[in-house]
Amino acid sequence: MSVRIETLVRRAPGAAEKVLLRGVSLDVPDGGFVALVGPSGAGKTTLLRSIAGLDAPESGHVIIDGRAVEGLAPRERNVGFVFQNYALFRHMTVAKNISFGLDVLPRRKRPSKNDIAARVTELLTLIQLPDLSQAYPERLSGGQRQRVALARALATGPRLLLLDEPFGALDPVVRRTVRAWIRSLHDQLGLTTILVTHDQEEALDVADRVVVMQDGQIVQDADPQTLEQEPATPFVMEFLGESLRFEGQVSAGRFVPNQMNVEAFSVAGLVDGPATAMIRPHEACLENTGADTTVHRIGARYGMARLSVDLGTRMVEILRPETEAATLPAAGVSLVIKEARLFRDGKLAWAGGLAEDRPAHDMAAQI
Amino acid sequence: MTEVADVSFALPRGRRPADPLPGFRIALVATLFWTGLIVVLPLAALIMRPWQEGIGAMTAALQDSRMFAALRISFVSAFIAALIDVPLGVILAWALVRARLPGRRIIDALIDLPFAIPTAVTGITLATLYGPQGWLGAPLAHLGISIAYTATGIVVALMFVGLPFIVRSVEPVLRDLPPEFEEAAGLLGARPRQVVTRVVLPALLPATVTGFGLAFARGIGEYGSVIFIAGNQPFHSEIAPLLIVVRLQEFDYPGATSIAFILLVASSLCLMGIAWLRRRVARGMVAGAAP
Repeated sequence: MSVRIETLVRRAPGAAEKVLLRGVSLDVPDGGFVALVGPSGAGKTTLLRSIAGLDAPESGHVIIDGRAVEGLAPRERNVGFVFQNYALFRHMTVAKNISFGLDVLPRRKRPSKNDIAARVTELLTLIQLPDLSQAYPERLSGGQRQRVALARALATGPRLLLLDEPFGALDPVVRRTVRAWIRSLHDQLGLTTILVTHDQEEALDVADRVVVMQDGQIVQDADPQTLEQEPATPFVMEFLGESLRFEGQVSAGRFVPNQMNVEAFSVAGLVDGPATAMIRPHEACLENTGADTTVHRIGARYGMARLSVDLGTRMVEILRPETEAATLPAAGVSLVIKEARLFRDGKLAWAGGLAEDRPAHDMAAQI
Repeated sequence: MTEVADVSFALPRGRRPADPLPGFRIALVATLFWTGLIVVLPLAALIMRPWQEGIGAMTAALQDSRMFAALRISFVSAFIAALIDVPLGVILAWALVRARLPGRRIIDALIDLPFAIPTAVTGITLATLYGPQGWLGAPLAHLGISIAYTATGIVVALMFVGLPFIVRSVEPVLRDLPPEFEEAAGLLGARPRQVVTRVVLPALLPATVTGFGLAFARGIGEYGSVIFIAGNQPFHSEIAPLLIVVRLQEFDYPGATSIAFILLVASSLCLMGIAWLRRRVARGMVAGAAP
């Protein structure tokens, strides 16, 4: 089921000056898995609710499978929706919750009792909770409630699945399992899935495409790889993960940081003028130059050591492989940027790696 | 209260987990003392009194058909009044919480008024209103309906005093009902009527039963507002509390306390039944409720 959104505008109810969606357009192809990410208040949940029909936009169109759905009530749109708090009916058993969508069908469309029971059993197997059909939601764990909510949303066989912060209330281990499981379910059932999350890592791990939103607008809509390599704005870069920012000047094809003890690097083809360089913590290394700096080791992850470097006027944290970190001196180093993105006027101006023309980390390893 | 006591005795001495409530022992002693003084002692006296002159008074009371008629009128009227109050109260609570009614705050304040007005004032007001010359009584009399000085009048008075119990029980639950419940039901294909009957009302049911129980209990014991409108004819519109007063005026103390005792036992059974019903309908909704 494809979803197309055309210049959707939505103002906050009762506060016309506060705009929740500023002309958002989005295209989700059939079978796509799209994550909407952004900080709270970015409009991602409003967008999701507009697709479901729970929120009425002022202007713009929502087109599901080539059909404009503005006039349709949520119940006529046949979309599966999982709420952040799951919204399981507390007075119904798990089985009754799951069969709700079938039980409320008009009699002539409703499957027989046996067919409904069979469908519930099938869904319980799918969510790997075959023994809990008679339990009440109160007794379930967060992960179990999550899966029941999903089964309930899938019972009527919608082709479009909308998930609002579905992993928010789960602990990290369960989160990872459920995330992988939802992705496999998406592939297995051939669904079109739109997921809202404020957790960028989750989005990058699970989705084919990530839509970054800020202040009611889409800032970037791209696959995870592009987002990593070519973030459209400094905001996207910062939002998608830990980053370091260095202000500086481009002159004669080289970026010269204002920060002392950070080495300049070549940015071929970029016109002179001020620019902002942004890097991920693993994209810089240390080189022994006798500068007035100190280095502390403060942690480790995925075989990388986290190093805190005092550059004189500023502290930065970078990640280096353990093997390299073990040989580093505790002082007298400069920061060498190996890969960076340069932003000018809030837009990406240059992105590239510098490892080839400057074998920096080899030098550091030798010291 | 009994639950607290049970817990403290069930655990070995000195092994009770730390309680955030300061002075657990003092709180327990104070609770037991005051409930003992205010509730248990008078009730004990009431239970003891009918037997003081032998079981004659009680056997006489048990053979008094006037008393049984009065008890029946009290319970049936209270039941009918509470039952009629249920839909009215739920709709009122709904209007207060969901509908953006103009003057919502004033209505909100008015609902509690039956709690505050002296019941005798309520009774006189209702009797005047529904009396043959009253604002409502006169037109109704033309239609051949008489409310004042009949058993119907009792129900009208009890509805008036019972309504706030339903509204105040249901209102907070409705207010806390997450809008996602209704949205989820709608997204799953439920029509608006199905959303109400299958999702909203079941969620309100335990609170409604509580409100019903409170209104019913209040109705059984209600005296002031009823006697002015009821007509108070023995066997027809005489309520049990009034019969107690009648017996007292006849200096028949054992007779009065016998009726009171039977009223107490019957009320306790009714309230226990309602508590059981509440637990049943709250199944799954409250942690630890009967499975």
